[in-house]
Amino acid sequence: MADQAEFAAEAMQYAPQLYSAAMRMTRNRADAEDLVQETYLKGYRSFHTFTEGTNLRAWLFRILTNTYINKYRAKQRRPEETELGEIEDLYLYKHINTSRDSGLGRSAEESLMEMLPDDEVKEALEALPDAFRLPVILADVEGFAYKEIAEMLDIPIGTVMSRLHRGRKAMQKALHDYALARGLVSAETAGPGSDSPVQEN
Amino acid sequence: MDACDGPDCRETIKELDTFLDDELSDGARLAIRNHLDGCTDCLQAFDFHAELKQVIALKCHNDEMPPDLLLRIERCFDTDFDGDGNIG
Repeated sequence: MADQAEFAAEAMQYAPQLYSAAMRMTRNRADAEDLVQETYLKGYRSFHTFTEGTNLRAWLFRILTNTYINKYRAKQRRPEETELGEIEDLYLYKHINTSRDSGLGRSAEESLMEMLPDDEVKEALEALPDAFRLPVILADVEGFAYKEIAEMLDIPIGTVMSRLHRGRKAMQKALHDYALARGLVSAETAGPGSDSPVQEN
Repeated sequence: MDACDGPDCRETIKELDTFLDDELSDGARLAIRNHLDGCTDCLQAFDFHAELKQVIALKCHNDEMPPDLLLRIERCFDTDFDGDGNIG
C-alpha cells in the first residue's frame, strides 16, 4: 500500500525522540523498546486515519502515550494526585538564591545546572507519578503545546497546566535534594524570605 | 527603583509557566515583557526557569537508541502481511 510505504519513509525519523520519551515513561530499556515498536506498528496499521498535512510527530506521540497508559500503567500502582504533597513555588530558584546571596553569584546556578548529571535529572523526572510525569515529558522534554498534551492525555488544558506546575516543582525539589546531598549548594534553607515578591500558592 | 513592590510581580510570576511555555496571547506576553524590562528580580526568576527548562530537555533527551530497533520495526512492517498490526 502506498500510504504505508509513505509511513515508513516519513515516520522513522522520530524514533530517537519516541525512544527517549518511552525511556522516561517505562523507566527501562526493554519496555521502552517494546513501547516504541508497538507505537510504530499501530501507526503503520492506522496510518490511513492520519490527516495529511497535520503533525505526524504529535500523532505518533499520541499513540505512544496512549499505548503506555493502556498497557504499562495498568501494571503499576495507581498514583494519587496528592502524592506529591505541597511544595513551594519556584522551589529550586528560591533555595539556590541562598547560595547567590552568600556571594557565589549567578555562576552558582549556572554551574549547578552543569553539575547536575544527566542521570540525576532523568531520575528526578522518572520519580514523578504518571499523572505528573507524562505532562512534564510532553511539555518540557518534547515541547508540545498545552492543547496537544490535553488531547494526548484526554484531560482538560487546565489540568495539564496544574499537573505541569506541580510536577515541575516536585522535580525541582528532587534536584535540590540531590544538590544538597552532594554539597553543590549550601545547606541553608532560608530563602529570600518575606521580602520575596513571590506568593506561595 | 524597584518595580517589584506592587502586585505586578505576583501577576507576572503567576504567568511564569505560561510565558516560558509560549502559551500566552500576544497582549499578555507583551505585558509580561514590559514588566520584566523594569524588574530585575522577576527577570532573574524567569531566566533561571528558562535555563532550567533547557537543561531538563537536553539531559532527558539523549538516550541512545539500540541500533537494531529501527531494523526490527521495519522488519515488522514487512511481515505484517495482512496489515492487521500483527506479524503474519
